[in-house]
Formats: sequence, structure tokens, C-alpha cells
Amino acid sequence: MLILTCPCCGVTGEETEFHAGGEAHLKRHGPGSTEDQFEEYLFMRENPKGVHFERWRHVYGCGKWFHAARSTTTLEVYGTYAAQTHEPPKDLRDTISKKVPGWTWREFQ
Amino acid sequence: MSTRLATGGRLLNKSRAVSFTFNGQHMTGYEGDTLASALLANDQMLVGRSFKYHRPRGIVASGAEEPNGLVNLGQGGRFEPNQRVTTTELFDGLTAKSQNHWPSLEFDVGAINAQMSRFMPAGFYYKTFMYPRPLWKHVYEPFIRKAAGLGAAPKERDDDTYEHFYAFCDVLVIGGGVAGLQAAKAAADTGARVMLIEQTAHWGGRAPVDGGEIAGKPVDNYVDETVAALEAMDNVTLRRRMMGAGVYDHGYVLSYERLTDHAPEMDGPRHRLWRIRAGHIVTATGAIERPLSFAGNDIPGVMLASAVRDYVTNFGVSPGDRTVVVTNNDNAYLTAIALKHAGLDVPAILDARVLPTDSALMAQAKALGIRVLMGHGVSTVMGGKRVTGVAVCSQAGEGSILETIPCDVVAMSGGWSPVVHLWSHCGGKLTWDTAQAAFKPDVDKAPTGADGKAFVTAAGSASGALLLADVLSDADAAGQAAATATGHKTGRNASAAPEASHTPEAPMAPVWLMPHGAGIKLRSKAWLDYQNDVKVSDVQLAAQEGFHSVEHAKRYTTLGMATDQGKLSNINGLAILSDSLNQPIPQTGTTTFRPPYTPISMGAIGGEARGDVFQPIRRTPMHDWHDENGAEWEPVGHWRRPYAYVRSGESTHDAVMRETKNTRDNLGLLDASTLGKIIVRGPDAGKFLDMMYTNMMSTLKPGKCRYGLMCDENGFLIDDGVVARIDEQTWLCHTTTGGAERIHAHMEEWLQTEWWTWQVYVANVTEQYAQIAVVGPKAREALEHLGGMDVSAETLGFMDWADGTLGGFDVRVYRISFSGELSYEIAVPASQGQALWDTLMAVGAGLGVMPYGTECLHILRAEKGFIMIGDETDGTVIPQDLGLHWAISKKKDDFIGKRGQERSHMVDPTRWQLVGLETVDGSTLPDGAYASAEGTNANGQRETQGRVTSTYHSPNLDRGIAMGLVLNGPDRMGEVLTFPGTDGKEYKAKIVSPVFYDPEGEKPNV
Ligand SMILES: [Zn+2]
Repeated sequence: MLILTCPCCGVTGEETEFHAGGEAHLKRHGPGSTEDQFEEYLFMRENPKGVHFERWRHVYGCGKWFHAARSTTTLEVYGTYAAQTHEPPKDLRDTISKKVPGWTWREFQ
Repeated sequence: MSTRLATGGRLLNKSRAVSFTFNGQHMTGYEGDTLASALLANDQMLVGRSFKYHRPRGIVASGAEEPNGLVNLGQGGRFEPNQRVTTTELFDGLTAKSQNHWPSLEFDVGAINAQMSRFMPAGFYYKTFMYPRPLWKHVYEPFIRKAAGLGAAPKERDDDTYEHFYAFCDVLVIGGGVAGLQAAKAAADTGARVMLIEQTAHWGGRAPVDGGEIAGKPVDNYVDETVAALEAMDNVTLRRRMMGAGVYDHGYVLSYERLTDHAPEMDGPRHRLWRIRAGHIVTATGAIERPLSFAGNDIPGVMLASAVRDYVTNFGVSPGDRTVVVTNNDNAYLTAIALKHAGLDVPAILDARVLPTDSALMAQAKALGIRVLMGHGVSTVMGGKRVTGVAVCSQAGEGSILETIPCDVVAMSGGWSPVVHLWSHCGGKLTWDTAQAAFKPDVDKAPTGADGKAFVTAAGSASGALLLADVLSDADAAGQAAATATGHKTGRNASAAPEASHTPEAPMAPVWLMPHGAGIKLRSKAWLDYQNDVKVSDVQLAAQEGFHSVEHAKRYTTLGMATDQGKLSNINGLAILSDSLNQPIPQTGTTTFRPPYTPISMGAIGGEARGDVFQPIRRTPMHDWHDENGAEWEPVGHWRRPYAYVRSGESTHDAVMRETKNTRDNLGLLDASTLGKIIVRGPDAGKFLDMMYTNMMSTLKPGKCRYGLMCDENGFLIDDGVVARIDEQTWLCHTTTGGAERIHAHMEEWLQTEWWTWQVYVANVTEQYAQIAVVGPKAREALEHLGGMDVSAETLGFMDWADGTLGGFDVRVYRISFSGELSYEIAVPASQGQALWDTLMAVGAGLGVMPYGTECLHILRAEKGFIMIGDETDGTVIPQDLGLHWAISKKKDDFIGKRGQERSHMVDPTRWQLVGLETVDGSTLPDGAYASAEGTNANGQRETQGRVTSTYHSPNLDRGIAMGLVLNGPDRMGEVLTFPGTDGKEYKAKIVSPVFYDPEGEKPNV
């Protein structure tokens, strides 16, 4: 059972306080998108061994969504950050690079 | 025979006798006994039968690893199966019954299986019971059911109570042997908050039995002094009878405390499940002795050498008069020496090793007059329900018998395996210790926490340090490391680990099969897993048949899958598998260690969550009135809604029919408070709702209502309801009863994570309002009696809403209808709900008012062909399937689900479409029935062409009506379909319009 820190209200809580919301930074494709784009948006997901970016909601707390960067193998949490962004912040990416040189995730590294 | 000795028993209070029964027979023991030691003291070695062959089984161990001694414990509301005799503390009045035998423990019919064992090899079930298919029902399944399961299931409700605790600490030390005590002391001396837990009733573990000295004094002194020191520290919590059950992510530990098992007359909960969050965990979980694999090693009287000396030293019990010790290490010599000191016979020690010189312990044994045979082992054990002797052979050979030695106990030792379960639960890796021939924690690959650093340290023999002096120094270092890891200062104000001394031991030598060249006859009698009856030959067969992965071999043979989870059998099985595959043991690896370490009670898992507090119930403000007026309750989400209000002398069906007719003819009242109510407000609220709903909500005028559909991105229909525009920037969205929280969360998610620049605020106000539907041809008349606002057709038209007063209540009135009747839904603050309900019942008295429940609501809506989320939808249905094209905007560029509904499968013309179904004979179609079609599919099943989604008897039409999804349904009006029922009957129904009642929609619009 993970421990996460909500970047919105600052509470560090047990996993039961939060709700996992799947992969982070998906690009929504709506009407006018190709079949491939729409398939990518709806169904295609990373399955990384290592660095991963996820969406979480502080559901039994402030109710806000946020992002978490963590390792699927060591369970280390590299950091959490606001939901209102299309990509992981630079300083967090640098932090991860120090711990996991050469990591990649989708188009990010 | 096994018996009580005149002397010894360091854990006993011999001044207090305790009486108990085993299989109805009265026996006595002492306070401090376990059920196992008390049984042995009463010469009861035979305690059960094995799972597959029903072979007689005796007590093997003295602790949690016991595979055989499982009993049905207690009676009535305190009955519990599969309780280990070795971990059950004796109390006055205890009742135990042995398991898995018929008709009696002594004489068991199932033992015939053992005679058949030649025909029941590994994978027997898989091989035999596959075909032919028809035999399953009448032959295979009854056979397996009869044979399956060891204990009996409890028949009564549990009399005891249980609870959950939450705890936090810097350092959690699991295991209260000398390693755990020393680690806890080392950590506590830094000021860290320490919790030390021990699964048994006693501190000190097995070190006091095994001897040696700490700081120049017996181990017992060290244990007493250290416990006293820890008890005096404010930063330390000590708990006995509490097992570390599982280690989980980021330092989370589940722990199982048995509070009253040993004293059932005590008040309070029986078990407690602790949910502990620890900064760092020290696993001081000790080691478990391994059996040796020789023929007949399962005959009652064959025991672990350490268990034999535990019974002698701790409980003053002699497991037998004459004990042969068979070993591959020095440690087992302690048993021979302890037996001799207790005045018992040890005719021989069979040592599989060949050593150049005698070790210290060997010399001690010989000095006591014990015969030691080096390079020897057991060819086979003689005896049936009890050992009568051993046939001795050379370990190097194939088992030719050199001599036989009469005895009634065989004390065996194959070396020691560190208990690595808790270390492994959360990803800790193992390494192979060649000297001890055992897996031990790999200190470089510990489980890691949120900060990426190790959060578990193994200490003492659990880390592979088996000898007393090593145990103490290792544990002291572990305790300090754990405290340091949680930010505490290393500078200790107490001395480091005390000096310990013990008799040195010569190296062990791995022995995985005895004798080394044992033929198939011996191997088929050499047991690995006593509880599940897995033999050396079974694992070898599995390897031969291609089950090379240790996880596959485990499942094929059932090795380690019994309630003891292979605590004794796993390593020996791995060794045999590795040998068969001709590869080193580390290459074979271990199976996965999964929590809990030993079984924990279902009661503890449930905790307080049972009966009334199992799940909170949501009640509307009028709940009590419904309850007092005959409501039969229906759970809808966490809500309870009246299904129908049943009068005396009336069946539930009668009530539903009466309510349905009355609402169409006169006046009905429905408590609609459970419907979700979500306020959506802000400058961008209209734009946002246009994305949420398939239809256009931004164009709705204030004062007007519109029915809306909500889909997910796949295009599937997820909710529906009436939306009212309150003012320029505010909308109120009704959801289904079960949907309020889900749809509120859905809106929040899109606002927070996709359109976060849009200025919209969303609030779930469901519980702020009570809402009452006033339904029927006399609805307007009733409201006019109340007086106040104008509710005429001219002022408040169909799909209008207005604020005002009625009978003195401040109300919001929506003129909407889910019944097809003239209908007003009246919302008031929740606190006014009951008063308004009472007032409406009073004014309706002269108009034939009756309250109605959810089943009537369903029939009314079905008569009108209105869909219900969850009936007509199941997560795979799009609005187009339901003929709801009119509610899907063509003007909008985008809404959630629009792109999804354009996918090829969603526009496939063969998708089943909503129609009405009218039975030919007026009967009611079975719910969920499928319409059959010509031909069969690839699985030989009948093809289908539709299914029933809602079905009722309509009292207004006096026949069965139904809705369903049917292939090309709307184009097949008048066609008759066949619906085979599960009752064997075939139902015929005609495809008709789903609107059965008032197709022109004149009724609500008056
Ligand atoms: Zn928060």
C-alpha cells in the first residue's frame, strides 16, 4: 500500500485515501481524428518496467487530481505534481535522471 | 509411548492442571502447555490423516511450521477448523477433534487410497478427470468433493468479536527471540519509536532451549533482563501472541494478534488485525529446521530434532522412550544430549556426514554413551501408526539394510532454513548460502520504499546467522541500522551486543535424499509435503513430464500448497527438482512467498464490519415513514428505496399491481429524493454541459427542463436524467439514483484534467433536497388544494420548472414525468421532506392518494417505453441502440462519446435495437431471456438474435410487457420470436413498439 503526497493540499496519506486514475498525459482525440489516433487515445498504454507517470485523485481528501512519477519495480515515488500540465515538469525529470540515468517514457526522457 | 516426564518443562506451571478433550476423550495437561505438548503427554501422537492417501499423521514440529497437527477446535459459535495443535495454547475446557478421516482416526476407510498410491501419481487429477465430460457430474465431482478439504466448515454465526487497529512506529521488529530483543533494544536506545511483536506467548524464541550463555549467564537471564529493560522504555511497545502476517508497499505491515484464544472466558475481541505503517522493519523471524527425505519419514513418531528437544525442555514431555537421531549437522546432537539428560534412551545417532575429526558436540554425545554412526542414514522407517524402528543403511549406497534399531521416535534434522517470508513479501530477493545449503536474504536487494531506500533488514538466524554469538551481533547491527534509516542518531548510550558463547558446531553437509542412491521403491515412500501427500517420486515425475519451472511443478504436484504453505517441504522439493533437472538449486529458485505467514482468521479480516455496520446505509428524510407504512426495501446503490408498500393481507405482487393502477387512475406519491442532483455553474457551464451530454444543453432557456444522455468516450451510455436551467450561469443536472457520486466525479475529472481553464464549478447537492413526485390525473388538483403558486398548464407547462410556495413550503416544482402521467416533482430542503410528504398525503386523502415504490415506477416507465440505466444499458449499449437518436445533437462538433460512436462497430447495422415485446399468450417473459435463432455457433451453442432487458406484468394493460434488444428489431414489427426459458418452457413474443401506453403522449401534457 503506497504512500503518496497530494501536491494540492500537501497531505501525505495512505493509498486508501487516493484513487488511481491510469496513465498520465494522454492526448484526447475527438471527432475528426483518425482510427489510429483514436485507438491510441482510448486503448494504447505504456507498460513500463521502471519509470512511470500516473494520474491519481485525492478522493478522500481535497478531491483534486494530480500526477505521480514512480517506479513500477522499486515502488519509489520520484514526485507528485499538479494535474494541469501536458508533461512532467523539468525539475522532476532531472531528479529522475539522477536516479535512473537514461530513462525514457513515451516521448519524454 | 509419549509421556510426561517427572522433571523439566520451563514453560509449564505444574501447580495448575488443565482438562480438555480430544475426539471426546478426557485428558489433562498443565497451564503453559500447547495442545500438542498436552496430547503428547497423554500418549496421543496420532493426530490426523493426510489429504490424499489418508495416511496416519503425527506431530512433527513444535511451532507454526507444523503440517500435520490440524484439528477442528471448539464448538457451535466458536468452532474453527484447521487449527494447529502446536500453536494452540491449552485452556480449561478446550475441545478438539481430528480431521480428514472416516469413520474414525484409528480406522479410516479412505486409507485405501494409500494402497492405490501407485495409481495416483503427481497430476493424477489432471490426467484422470479430464474426459469423458459426462462423468464429471456424477462420478468425478462427488469424488473430489468428498475427498477435498481437511477441516469442517463452521455452521453457526461466530460468537466472538474482532477489531482493527492502526499503528505507526519508526522501527517494527517482527519476532521476539533473542535476535528480535537485541534488535529492538539497539533501535530503542537511539530514541526511535519501536514496536516489537512475537507470534507466541513467550519471549526468547528457541535460544533458551538450545543453550549457550549470554554475558556469562544462561540465555533465560538475558531474555528476562532485556524484556524488563524494554518494558521500562516509553518509546517501546511490546506485544506477544501477535504475528507479522504480511509486509507490503512502503513499510505497511499487517499483523495478527490473538487476544483470547488462550483464555476464551476473557472479555473483549478475540483477534485484532493491526495495520501498521513502519519507517523500517526488522525481520527477526528465526529459522525452521528441515526434515530429511527418507522412506517412511511420515510415520507418526518421526519428528524434527529441534521439536523433540522443545517438548523435553519446554514442556517436560518425552515424545518416546527410545529416540534415534538422524542428521546431516551438529545441531541435532543437542537433541540427543537433551534426551539423555532427561533420562531417555538414544540408541544411536545416524550422521550422514563423514568428518575427519569429532566435533565438540559429537564428543559430548559419545561421552554420554551414545553410539554415533558416521556416513549412515535411514533406509526405511518401520511401523504403521507409530514408529517401531529404523533400518540403517549407508548414506552413500542404495539403501541395503545394515541393521535395524528398535525405537519409537526418529528425530531428524536436515539443517536450517532462515524464515525469509516477510523479507520476500514485498520484493526482497534471496541468495544461496552454500555453507548452510539454504536461501537467505540478499542484503543488497531489500524491498524498497517510497524514497527508493531499503525498508526491511533481516536479523539473526532469519538473515542466515545461525549461531548464538552471530545472532546477537547481527541483530544489534540490524536494530541500529533500522533506527538510523529512520533518522535517529547512531551514537548509542548503551553497549553494543553482549558477548555470547556456545558450543562450536562442525559444518553441515546437504542431504536431499537418504540414502543418496535410493531406488524408486524408497523414493515413493519418502515424503516431502506431509499435508498434501507429495513424495520425492512425485516431484521427479513432474520434472520428467516437463514441469521444469518451480511454479509449474508446485501446482502440478501440489507441493507446498497446503495450509502450511510448504514451510517444511519447499526447500527439499526444490532440491529434488533441481537434481532431476541437473541444475544448481539457486537456478531453480523458489516459489513466491505470499502473505499471510500463517493463516489468519476471516473474523480478523472483517474486523468490526459485520451486521449493521458492515456497510453504511443511505436513508432519505422520509425513510422512517416508509418503514412504518409497510415498505419492503430495495437496495439501490447504498440507498434503500421502498420497493412497494405492502398492506396487511396483501402479497408484494398485489401491492405493486394496486399502486400501479392507482397511479394511472388517481394519484401516486413517490419519494424521488435519491435521484442525483448536481449543480453546474459558471461562465463556461453551458459549453461544459454540451461536452458532457449528447444533446445541446447550452440552448436551454432558464425555467425549462430537458432530458439528457451522458456517454463515456467509448460512446456507451452511462447515465441519463432531466437537466433544468436555473439561471444564466447555472444548471441543475439530475442523475440516476446510483449515479450521483460517479457522475459528479466524472465531471470533476474532465474539468480538472482536460478543460482546466474553463470556469465551471460543480457541486453534488443530492442530499440537500427531499424530492417528491406527485403523479397521476389528480396531481394538479392535489397541488391546487395546497394553495400557493400557480401550477396550471398555462403557467407551468410540461418540461417547465418554477420556484414558489405550496401549502406554505418553499418549493421548486419541476413539471417532468417518468411515468407518462401528469406529474410534478417537488423539491424542498431535506429538513422539510417529511412535513411536505405528510401534507401531500393529507390533501390527497380525498383524491385516492397512495404512495408507490420502485417496482411500480419501473412498470409505469416500461409501459411508456422509457429506458432505465442498468436495465436497457449494460456498459456496451449506445444511445443509438435504444432509438434515442433524437437526443443526440447533430449540431455539436464534439461531445464525450461522439467520436466513439463513429467507430465501425458502433455504426454496424446489425447491432441489436430496442423494441417492445408482447407475449402471444399474455404471460410475462423471463428476465434476461435470449431469443433463439437458426443454427449453432462455433461452440455448438444455439445462435441468438436478441435478449429481454426489462419485463413486467402490466396491470393497466393486463398482460406481460417487455423491452428487449433485437437484431434488426425496428424493421421486424409483428414478427414472433421464441425465448427459451431456464424453466424448460419456450416463450413466444411479438415484436411491437416499446411504447405500450398512451403512444401519443397526451396524458402528461394536460
Ligand atoms: Zn489533496
